[in-house]
Amino acid sequence: MSDRAKTAPLAELRDIRVSFGGVHAVDNVTVDLHAGEVVGLVGGNGAGKSTLMRALSGAHPPDAGEILIDGQPVVIANPRDAKSLGIETIYQTLALADNIDAPGNMFLGREVLTRDGSLDDAAMESATRNVMGRLNPHFKNFKTAVGWLSGGQRQSVAIARAIHFNARILIMDEPTAALGPAETEQVRRLIQQLKTEGIGIFLISHDIHDVFDLADRISVMLHGGLVGTVRKADVTTDEVLAMIIMGKLPSEVTQKELAQLH
Amino acid sequence: MTSLLRALDIDTRLLGMVVALAIIWIGFQIMSGGLFLTARNLWNLSVQSASIAIMATGMVLIIVSRNIDLSVGSMLGFLGYTMAMVQAQWIPNALHLGFNQPYTWLIALAVGLVVGAAIGGFQGLIVAYGGVPSFIVTLGGFLIWRGLIFAYAQGQTIGPMDGNFALLGGGPSGSLGEVGSWVVGAVACAGIVFTVINNRRQRQTYGFPVRPIWALATVIAVSCAVVLGAVSVANSYLWPEALAHQYALAHNIPEPPGGLRIPVGIAYPVLILVGVALAMTFLATRRRFGRYVFAIGGNPEAADLGGINVRRTIMLTYALMGVLVAISAAVQTARLNSAVTNLGVQNELDVIAAAVIGGSSLSGGIGTIPGAVLGAVVMQSLRSGMVMLRVDSPTQDIVVGTVLVAAVGLDAFLRRRGK
Repeated sequence: MSDRAKTAPLAELRDIRVSFGGVHAVDNVTVDLHAGEVVGLVGGNGAGKSTLMRALSGAHPPDAGEILIDGQPVVIANPRDAKSLGIETIYQTLALADNIDAPGNMFLGREVLTRDGSLDDAAMESATRNVMGRLNPHFKNFKTAVGWLSGGQRQSVAIARAIHFNARILIMDEPTAALGPAETEQVRRLIQQLKTEGIGIFLISHDIHDVFDLADRISVMLHGGLVGTVRKADVTTDEVLAMIIMGKLPSEVTQKELAQLH
Repeated sequence: MTSLLRALDIDTRLLGMVVALAIIWIGFQIMSGGLFLTARNLWNLSVQSASIAIMATGMVLIIVSRNIDLSVGSMLGFLGYTMAMVQAQWIPNALHLGFNQPYTWLIALAVGLVVGAAIGGFQGLIVAYGGVPSFIVTLGGFLIWRGLIFAYAQGQTIGPMDGNFALLGGGPSGSLGEVGSWVVGAVACAGIVFTVINNRRQRQTYGFPVRPIWALATVIAVSCAVVLGAVSVANSYLWPEALAHQYALAHNIPEPPGGLRIPVGIAYPVLILVGVALAMTFLATRRRFGRYVFAIGGNPEAADLGGINVRRTIMLTYALMGVLVAISAAVQTARLNSAVTNLGVQNELDVIAAAVIGGSSLSGGIGTIPGAVLGAVVMQSLRSGMVMLRVDSPTQDIVVGTVLVAAVGLDAFLRRRGK
């Protein structure tokens, strides 16, 4: 951790504000992410986690604030800008076109073309088979519209899309919400593996245990604001729960209040 | 049965339509006492279906992207008049260049295509960038383009058409003739063989599973048989005796007893339809544009998050629709040899019905070009068969309306059960 502090973070969001019709969904939030690190982003419903990440992924550019990648200020006006900076996102809704097959979804907006400019479906299917072989070897339906697949298989497609294009920064919004225990375990292993490859991951979850297992640091949001960021090693789950529910940092909370959480 | 279909890689929905069409044809054949399945009637059917089918291929993309175009009938009237004015008034009278110049038909057609793309694109611009629902924009277009016809002609018929232009409408001289039709048939078969084999080879290079050889051979044999059968039917329709007689006299050909037998062959409108359908299928399934149209229809938000320029894509579908309407307008004015004020009236309904009977879903994301072409043939078969049985026009409308709703209802039912 100590040598990381000297180098610029992989991604830094400074004083981000996002408003919807006068309501600040995200208000002056600052978070950062280093290479090979998982930062868990937690908070109740409507805390602003997803909105904050949508600012980074280009889905909804912020109204105010600064985004820095490798210490350089950047403008992310749309999803394409984000992708060209190596920022990939797995949305909670998965953002799949249900009427199109897995290779088509994986390369949506970034199709592989033949020399005459036509879709190279064979090349895209081949690449998809490769990624899936690593990610979910049971996946066989490469020609089926993804709307017909199970929740787990659809999730695999969304994850495959995010990791195929050499992401440096990965945003995962509730990646295990639709999954059974075995598939959840698979995603956990994947996150560990991506970490060792030096990818920085923002992990949004409302499952505190998920986050405690995987994250290095935890940023807690409440009502659009940042309660604080803590290192996992320094806190207990109860202390993080207190941050989520009461908006109080571990130093501010009393033993009595912690006991009341249960 | 299902495994057989899977081995052959056949779209079951398309197969269902072919079966429905066969039932309709055989039904009319029996009811008309053998008049329906004649070379002459089938040839007429092909020409009559062509102009609706050409537009239906474009309507598929618009419906797939969750939009609609109600303006195509009026736009067809307006573009038909535009092309008629170019060749019958502006070039000969306003520019004093005279009638029937060799370039007249090309200029008229080019003006029609450009104006079609422009006004289609303009409607698309308002839908995509203006945020006005397509139903409203094209409902406005439906009224506006029809109204503008009167600015051209105050309700007068414009004609006749340029001699070369008139060939676009079909008819004995507007057809390929015997040899030309066989050549086209042979080229088509070669194309089928090449496509099927090429596709297989490509999958093999990547080591993907491929269809068994017998399935491949069956697909090729059936497709080629259909193509050559169609050519043979078109070639067994002969020029009318009087016309053949005139032709023999004009070219000093001695007439055999019973008169000269000149096969008509494939009509130009049908040839144009085949070209359009192939090009549109290629665009819809093999090009990025088509992929984006389907992605937008399947999940607009996913398309946007994928970095697709949704608005531009939508606008382009309307510009493309305008071009296809111009082609159909050329076919219809050429066939009538004039532009009349009710040109294209109710065409929007036939075109939408053809696309929907052909499997396009108004909720977006689903539809095929071959399906829409088949849908147009089904519609035209019903109308033409009922005319043959002397069913009056209001009853025809009732039948077609019932079939439309029943077909979509059945489709929705099967889809639900399949899920």
